[in-house]
Amino acid sequence: MTRWPLGITPHNVTIAAWSLAPVALYFSCVAFYHLKPVWLWTDFLVYVLIASMTAFFVAARRRAHLREPLTRIIQNRTAMVCLVVLAAFTAIGVLDSVHFRQPAAGAAAAGQTDRYAPEVTSVLDALMGPQHMQMETTYSAPLSLVQYEKSTVERADGVHERVFPRLKFAGVGVAAGDAHTRDIVRRVVVGALSGLLATAAVAALFLAWYAYTQASPVRATFRRVLRGEGDVPWRAMWVTLLALCMIVGVVVALADGYHVFGTDKVGKDVLYKSVKSIRTGLIIGTLTTLVMLPFAVLLGILAGYLRGWVDDVIQYVYTTLSSIPGVLLIAASVLMLQTYIHIHPELFPTEAERADLRLLFLCIILGITSWTGLCRLIRGETMKLCEADFLLAARGFGAHPLAIMLRHILPNVMHIVLISVVLDFSGLVLAEAVLSYVGVGVDPSTYSWGNMINAARLEMAREPMVWWPLLSAFVFMFVLVLAANLFADVVRDAFDPRLKRR
Amino acid sequence: MLTYIVRRVLYAIPILIGVNLLTFILFFVVNTPDDMARLHLGGKRVSPEMVAQWKAERGYDKPMVYNAQAAGINKLTDTIFYVNSVRLFAFQFGSSDDGRDIVQDIGQRMWPSLAIAVPAFVFGLMVNISFALLLAFFRATYVDTLGTVLCVVMMSVSGLFYIIAGQYMLSKLLRLVPISGYDTGWEAIKFILLPVAIGVVSGIGSGVRWYRTLFLEEMNKDYVRTARAKGLSEYLVLFRHILKNGMIPILTGAVVVIPLLFMGALITESFFGIPGLGSYTIDAINSQDFAIVRAMVFLGSLMYILGLILTDISYTLVDPRIRLQ
Repeated sequence: MTRWPLGITPHNVTIAAWSLAPVALYFSCVAFYHLKPVWLWTDFLVYVLIASMTAFFVAARRRAHLREPLTRIIQNRTAMVCLVVLAAFTAIGVLDSVHFRQPAAGAAAAGQTDRYAPEVTSVLDALMGPQHMQMETTYSAPLSLVQYEKSTVERADGVHERVFPRLKFAGVGVAAGDAHTRDIVRRVVVGALSGLLATAAVAALFLAWYAYTQASPVRATFRRVLRGEGDVPWRAMWVTLLALCMIVGVVVALADGYHVFGTDKVGKDVLYKSVKSIRTGLIIGTLTTLVMLPFAVLLGILAGYLRGWVDDVIQYVYTTLSSIPGVLLIAASVLMLQTYIHIHPELFPTEAERADLRLLFLCIILGITSWTGLCRLIRGETMKLCEADFLLAARGFGAHPLAIMLRHILPNVMHIVLISVVLDFSGLVLAEAVLSYVGVGVDPSTYSWGNMINAARLEMAREPMVWWPLLSAFVFMFVLVLAANLFADVVRDAFDPRLKRR
Repeated sequence: MLTYIVRRVLYAIPILIGVNLLTFILFFVVNTPDDMARLHLGGKRVSPEMVAQWKAERGYDKPMVYNAQAAGINKLTDTIFYVNSVRLFAFQFGSSDDGRDIVQDIGQRMWPSLAIAVPAFVFGLMVNISFALLLAFFRATYVDTLGTVLCVVMMSVSGLFYIIAGQYMLSKLLRLVPISGYDTGWEAIKFILLPVAIGVVSGIGSGVRWYRTLFLEEMNKDYVRTARAKGLSEYLVLFRHILKNGMIPILTGAVVVIPLLFMGALITESFFGIPGLGSYTIDAINSQDFAIVRAMVFLGSLMYILGLILTDISYTLVDPRIRLQ
């Protein structure tokens, strides 16, 4: 076997090149469009999260005890279908985590290069186009041409009349009635077809690559995938992707001319709000566990390995923290944070930064209230490991305690960490909604499903009922949480040593 | 047994002290009473006199932990720390921002809370156990698969959805029960029905799935095989053996929640406008009434610790194999 200096194998170089490609793309876009990059704290942590996940999978491929459960996940149909859905959500979340400020209007014409628009936009905003920023006056039903409420307008002949006014940005140039229906049907068909074509194109590329790696003819490979043969459930994944692409295609085609999920009280597009909320949900679900992991792992291993007074102190700390009802501790901390922000406005120059820090702080508080369970589990597992033969051997050889904890215990508790990260995710996404409802969640200016539901409380009582903001928030949240729950079950089964196949 | 309980109770004291210190730091050290006064009075044009008056009304104008001007024991007792934190141990919660006695408020509001939390808990337990047993009976069939998938689906729906959908279907469309509100005496039942039903339904997903695993674990044990081998019917095995033994982890797991029932259900109560402790807490959070939040934090941790002690005791009561040292 060839020895590569410093572990720089062709494989590693390929991975590095692939991961550098988006960075290069980012900087060339910034230079080309004269953008000013904005780095929010949560953006930075999202990048760290993605980098560490990539590093984990690269490392796991080389280690048999991690590769085996991962292979089992890859071969599970439910897990892979859910993974496609989760990947779609993650892609939106990541696109929404690259922020910049565009050049101010007219700055380019005046030859100024250092003037930027005040609002912070993300790549997702840029991709979704400007029509989502256009505001109607008030509520309007999904795909509707007219407003939800009547208002008085003056006709050409000077007579005042109570009518449902036409929306400014929906169905421009489309007459009500048959033409409206025909336009919608046309858009649905076009959208579905383009989704189909996009999937087919990607699938063709995939097939070529897959046939190449399998060293078999394309036609035979295609037949195998179509029959659902092979270890990896490609067929199920492609069907899921096809469904997703067709839904996205239809929604995009409709969103081009209508408000697909209607508009909210101030006339904002509900679809846009729901899609922007994805990032908030994902961040709460992942960053919370990320910020608490170091503490839980470190303290858990210390308590379990050192025992004695260290164990007593750590146990005392987590019993105390866990004995305070979670919602109340979060509420108390968030109230304190609100007071702090209120008293020190000079620390938070823009609204986006204030909202972002509040989101980050919410993650930290949620992490503090939820690390205790993981810490307790890791402590127990460490105590069990201390009795294991390989650890006694390591001690007998006179290994340094630090080395034992790092090289022997840490890798052997990682499966608990992984399971709890995945299991906690869906609960945290749901918790965000409840906390925002109570008024101690994310900043009111942040897009989140919790804030949407909170606003919908009063809308339910209206006559006729305004149901679309509520339903669209629930549907988005439900799809994400369901996919995460199903995926988490498979991950737990794959990594739990108690469930080893006998 | 008695010594064990006494020791557990004594062990709870340092934890409560820790909780108290933590809330004290959160509420008085991270943000000084001056900050709180400014937040409450609002706006940037708050004169120092107004701040001083606000603090004096609530007794926040005292020194933090040590009062050098007072005499004797008052050096320690005439401080914010003593008045607002130490006195919580004696259940002296003081008064809320609108001048009402918190202890009295809690005494009044605990009954509506219990009226909803206790039936929801009892019925929820019964429903979950019955469904879990049903799934365990039909294990490894389509009924079981369908049921488990349904459980995951129900788990993935936000709790808020159950409340809003329930209110809409039963109260607005069918007009079976009032949407929200509360009444005294027997009249309260019609207000209680919907929150209890929603509490039960929203817990089914996670509860049934969890209990099903417990029952299935029990089914793989040797005594069950013995029972089957001696020719008992599946029905008898299920109810006589598995149910009885499976109840041990279920009941001991449920005991820890019992004292917390007293705290009420935050979201349900505020949605249905029930004047219980849950909505009390939410109102306090929204109006930033820190005295109430402090009192509820203390009560909540007290109840949690009580639940832990009860759990340990219940283990020994149901399972004679466990001995307390």
